[in-house]
Amino acid sequence: MEKCRLIFSGSGGQGVITAAIILAEAAVIYEGRNAIQSQSYGPEARGGATSSGIIISDSEIFFPKVNQPNVLVCLTQESYNKFHTVIRPGGLLITDTRFVQTSRKVDARPRDLPLHYTVMEKIGKPIVLNICMLGAVVGMTNLVKAESILKVLEKRIPSSFMEMNRKALDLGINMGKELAS
Amino acid sequence: MSIKNYLRERFFPHMWCPGCGHGIILNGLLRAVDSLGMQKSEIVMVSGIGCSSRISGYVDFHTLHTIHGRALAFATGVKMSKPKLNLIVTMGDGDALSIGGNHFIHAARRNIDITAIVMNNRIYGMTGGQFSPLSGYGTKATTAPYTNIDHDFDVAELSKASGATFVARTSVYHAQQVSKLIKEAILHKGFSVVEIMSQCPTYFGRKNKMGDAVDMMNYYKDHTTTIGSKAKKENPDLIERGIFVQKELPEYCSEYEKIIGKAMKGRS
Amino acid sequence: MNEKVRFVQGNEACVEAAIYAGLDFFAGYPITPSTEIAEHLSSRLPGKGGTFIQMEDEIASMCAIIGASLTGNKVMTATSGPGFSLMQESLGYAIMAEIPCVIVNVQRGGPSTGLPTSVSQGDVGQALWGTHGDHAIIALSASNHQDVFAMTIEAFNLAETYRTPVILLLDEVVGHMREKLIIPEDGEIPLVQRLRTSVKGGVDYHPYLPREDGRLPMSDFGGEHRYNVTGLIHDMWGFPSGNPAVAHGLLRHLVDKIWNNVHQIARYKEYYLDDASTVLISYGSSARSALHLVQNRRQRGERLGLLELQTLWPFPASIVRDRCASAKHVVVVEMNMGQIFKAVKMAVNDPGKVFLANRIDGVFITPTDIRNILRLIRGKGV
Repeated sequence: MEKCRLIFSGSGGQGVITAAIILAEAAVIYEGRNAIQSQSYGPEARGGATSSGIIISDSEIFFPKVNQPNVLVCLTQESYNKFHTVIRPGGLLITDTRFVQTSRKVDARPRDLPLHYTVMEKIGKPIVLNICMLGAVVGMTNLVKAESILKVLEKRIPSSFMEMNRKALDLGINMGKELAS
Repeated sequence: MSIKNYLRERFFPHMWCPGCGHGIILNGLLRAVDSLGMQKSEIVMVSGIGCSSRISGYVDFHTLHTIHGRALAFATGVKMSKPKLNLIVTMGDGDALSIGGNHFIHAARRNIDITAIVMNNRIYGMTGGQFSPLSGYGTKATTAPYTNIDHDFDVAELSKASGATFVARTSVYHAQQVSKLIKEAILHKGFSVVEIMSQCPTYFGRKNKMGDAVDMMNYYKDHTTTIGSKAKKENPDLIERGIFVQKELPEYCSEYEKIIGKAMKGRS
Repeated sequence: MNEKVRFVQGNEACVEAAIYAGLDFFAGYPITPSTEIAEHLSSRLPGKGGTFIQMEDEIASMCAIIGASLTGNKVMTATSGPGFSLMQESLGYAIMAEIPCVIVNVQRGGPSTGLPTSVSQGDVGQALWGTHGDHAIIALSASNHQDVFAMTIEAFNLAETYRTPVILLLDEVVGHMREKLIIPEDGEIPLVQRLRTSVKGGVDYHPYLPREDGRLPMSDFGGEHRYNVTGLIHDMWGFPSGNPAVAHGLLRHLVDKIWNNVHQIARYKEYYLDDASTVLISYGSSARSALHLVQNRRQRGERLGLLELQTLWPFPASIVRDRCASAKHVVVVEMNMGQIFKAVKMAVNDPGKVFLANRIDGVFITPTDIRNILRLIRGKGV
């Protein structure tokens, strides 16, 4: 893929911005590609609908904002309502079955995933929902290798939390691969 | 050392009016420095803007004549970057407590090792006699022709509440005490404030019918007393002179050294 | 993994560069969107034996770095519009007393509190004339993190070379977005160190007597030379003077030392200018949108070029005039109401061919925004 634009959206505290940084950092540091991550910094970043844009490309990236994402992730109804119309026609629209009721009226490939359900059932800690989501994105798009993400995680989090994150990532990747077709 | 050795004589005569009290403060300051046996090169004097702030030009130290109200902020930068230097900051009452009031309370709060001398003549002299935050209710000034309705600060109380660990007050009539208190303030490790009441016969005296410089100095003699004296109990209107606060608390530069220690330890 | 390749915010790139340049002392006050600079330095500087202090306001921050610079340190503060306004008086002091320092302004929407978390380039004019009185200033900008790194170091180098404050004008987009930064090896980028006097102790030292090349060797406060520093017009000893000849000489010196070196101070990048019939001129984050458009339209054979200015002040007028000489249209792309546009109009031979493509609503200007302006200029409608 020459250039991929993504938006991760959800509510403050769900870790969508962290997931965006991890993905972009994995692409830059461990895969030698170019990437840009940006986010909104208004008071809304402290709660409510929050979002982060990511561009991953093999060539230099000049315009840094994501206006029409190829991949859009919505982890809350509010963020779905706010962002689902901006998706690039034919893009991948990933939502969480527990939080989002989709309208199916957009020109996109919808993928409703039981991310929250799976994380709670298999791990029991909602804190790794964002990593599971990241796994699903990677599973579906093959944007970066799972190892690259794990390397970023190893740098960022205490080793005692690594196992939980690795598991969340695997759950997401498997879910994503199943739906990749 | 002769007091003259501390002066930049080629920049005299000074610009203060006849009868101004600021020369006595300069004298007391140099005697304090001399009695401590300090080297001229270990002292940095920082001042702001106003009559008082011209004092820095006349002394042969490292001298930084800054902008109105900000002397303590400049001094904080000098002190934090070279903690071994002795910082003496001379300010007028408007300089220190009106435009510079915020810097004053925050320097006190940090307890940074700076000696702050407030040369209090209760007026903006350089601009021609406007009321200052220390003029006081009922006084007259060129901007208070119908009398001043602003209440004044008590510098000692303000300094104390802001966290200064050495607080003292005297007047230029009490020249020996000026020198003694400045000496104590320089020796104190932490933020020290010395308020020195100094007459401005040209503006404050004339506007408020206080008489000439001698009359104004006599006023300091008659209207001040030692802290906690019997006279104060009998006449609460007397202004107290002496040391109000003198206590040991961690000093800011020393505390910052500990931060460097923590950061370097975390690194290795 | 290569430790030299980082994925960081622009504000962090600025921090890394400041450390690389030898920053000793930072004073600041929290303000969006520059706060990350203070946060990162509060963590980085103490470990290097440097000083970080959070002051009571931006006025105090600016004053503190001036004091610290005098003792021989490389110093910096970082802020945004409202804080930059508060710093103007002491910025003038640093100009007058010729004290090297770096001021980073990560611009946001103004005036007043404006749009605290939105992008703008509205402080460009303020950088030039924010403080009162005749003076000259150096202001730089950068559009990507590698250039933020390079221009931060340039800011320190120019501050030392010309004994002057240097303003680094970043903006919210560049400050906040994350992208790749490659940290150069030590020594890869040359650093200018403080020029100190060779006058021995006990010999009369003239702190404000320029050498023949215009430079003023300094003596650290607290060192062997005791002298006076003031914001008043002063003589070669640093003493206040009302002498008209002294006043004239000092003002001329303060302005000439910058404007006589406009070519030495000019930093810029050129893209496809050789045959460009339309020249875009931009800087900071808006230059990214301009370059995006240029690359895109070049693929379709359109003769579009970009002159990216990295030195904004002193304005490199002769370079702009030269690069625009054969262009049919010159379009200045910036996120304000034409602050560099006016300087470009004054620089070129035919001011009528200069147009403005701007946005002032806090929204980052897009290649489409610029494209629409180009179509209008060419009479094609949007």
